[in-house]
Amino acid sequence: MSDSKSNGVKMTSKHLDFYYGNFQALHDVSLEFKKQQVTALIGPSGCGKSTYLRCLNRMNDLIPIARVEGKIMLEDEDIYDPSLDVVMLRRRVGMVFQKPNPFPKSVYENVAYGLRVNGIRDKGLIEQRVTESIQRAALWDEVKDRLQESALGLSGGQQQRLCIARALAVEPEVVLMDEPASALDPIATQKIEDLIHELKKEYTIIIVTHSMQQAARVSDITAFFYIGKLIEVGDTDTLFTRPRLKQTEDYITGRFG
Amino acid sequence: MAGKRQSTEKVMRTFFFCVATASIAVLFMIMVFLFMEGLPVFNMVSVKEFLFGVYWYPTSDPPDFGIYPLIVASLAVTAVSAVIAIPLGVMTAIYLAELASKRVAEIFKPIVELLAALPSVVIGFFGMVIVAPFLQQVLGVATGLNLFNAALMLAFMSIPTICSISEDAIYSVPNALREGSLALGATQWETLWRVVVPASISGIATSVILGISRAVGETMVVLMVAGGAAMVPSSIFDPVRPMPASIAAEMAEAPFRGDHYYALFATGIVLFLFTLFFNIIADIIATRYRQVGEASL
Ligand SMILES: Nc1ncnc2c1ncn2[C@@H]1O[C@H](COP(=O)(O)OP(=O)(O)OP(=O)(O)O)[C@@H](O)[C@H]1O
Ligand SMILES: [Mg+2]
Repeated sequence: MSDSKSNGVKMTSKHLDFYYGNFQALHDVSLEFKKQQVTALIGPSGCGKSTYLRCLNRMNDLIPIARVEGKIMLEDEDIYDPSLDVVMLRRRVGMVFQKPNPFPKSVYENVAYGLRVNGIRDKGLIEQRVTESIQRAALWDEVKDRLQESALGLSGGQQQRLCIARALAVEPEVVLMDEPASALDPIATQKIEDLIHELKKEYTIIIVTHSMQQAARVSDITAFFYIGKLIEVGDTDTLFTRPRLKQTEDYITGRFG
Repeated sequence: MAGKRQSTEKVMRTFFFCVATASIAVLFMIMVFLFMEGLPVFNMVSVKEFLFGVYWYPTSDPPDFGIYPLIVASLAVTAVSAVIAIPLGVMTAIYLAELASKRVAEIFKPIVELLAALPSVVIGFFGMVIVAPFLQQVLGVATGLNLFNAALMLAFMSIPTICSISEDAIYSVPNALREGSLALGATQWETLWRVVVPASISGIATSVILGISRAVGETMVVLMVAGGAAMVPSSIFDPVRPMPASIAAEMAEAPFRGDHYYALFATGIVLFLFTLFFNIIADIIATRYRQVGEASL
């Protein structure tokens, strides 16, 4: 118990297998995520990065054919334990999805929503947190005059940042980000990367990215997936400069994927 | 060759144009006929007397042509049936789209659709033979053929429409929205009430209007179970005489082109304007719904 706390491990997956019906999408994935660290998940399209990420907050529960074997621990709790409260889990482990999915509500309400369902009634506090989150997601200047307009009127990149703001507003302990910068221009990407650096001080961050440069810039640890298997994991600097395996080297140097 | 093909196309196009024009012309003529046969009543009574007169004694001497009780009856029956049908229809839709297991949904959906296929005369028959005696015995009301019974039977007719269109609307809310909500720590209920239902509200509204407009003009059921008394009701268990019932019941006996005959046609005009109103609203909501649907994808 004190063991996992002392060495700062926030989440672990142990021998995780994942199936969509008969199709096994993840094979025996064991990984550790530490507090105040950013872990990047990289690998070619379809290798199971999103699937893995969605296991960490039990988003895959919504897929009827999905099945999980193995263990995922959040600190000392087994998150797949039947007695565990999934709603509480998802409050602690927030997620930014691969495709932006703003609610058909106003910009303001999109961010306030998470606070409201978490029982916050104080209008002042809600307003403060909404403003703060939108600012952190580098969206404030673009939306400050249209907070009451529909979020569906925002551009794809703006919607993506709104979804980041929405996830931050509820102050989760772990933030899962599935390609948070895929629809962003270099300036907004820069801002999101700055945000990740800042969030790292308090949170545990796990980010899926297709950009090697981004992984190298933002992460402390990088995990390389290939066809549902965790191939190599290590210090980002080491993995990018001296990968142990040929497969990893081929991927990061752009020879496949 | 090309010339022949072109001329065939031209013939076809002309043919379809004629068919389309013909059906529109027929509809238009029915409308003209309705107004031609209805308006002469206003030589006898003023519009105000006709609409707000509380006595409908078309065969006494001198006759009274006040359709106020009939209008109130139509509105009351429609309103009560809406109060019954909307919650039932929408909740069934939510259950089928969001909560039911696949197996249950597969059994329920055809049953709901079967309900839509029931002929109105069968529903009316059911109201007369089963529901009316039941109301009389259990509630001790004077007659089981009354406003409430009619509203209940009309609700049966609206529920399939409301349910199946609402269900489509709820079902088509993208899963990503549900996931987005759940990922923020919302419960399934919060997700349902605060995200899924608001996202499909225009579809639900369309279903409600369409379902109700089906009830407004419905004749057979109200003719059979509303009780037929042309009085302004004072309770929901009073017998009433909605407009369509009045027209259907009296048309055969009204002397051709007599005052009574004109009065019935004028009632038809009022009924027509009511259903037109509902259909226009349904149309407006449906158009808006389409736009929202596209924008949210
Ligand atoms: N809902 C689903 N049902 C069945 N199979 C699925 C489902 N979602 C994903 N898969 C399959 O699981 C595998 C892993 O998919 P996943 O989305 O995790 O890949 P990814 O690494 O995130 O890819 P990308 O980089 O393109 O987002 C793929 O082969 C995919 O086809
Ligand atoms: Mg993915």
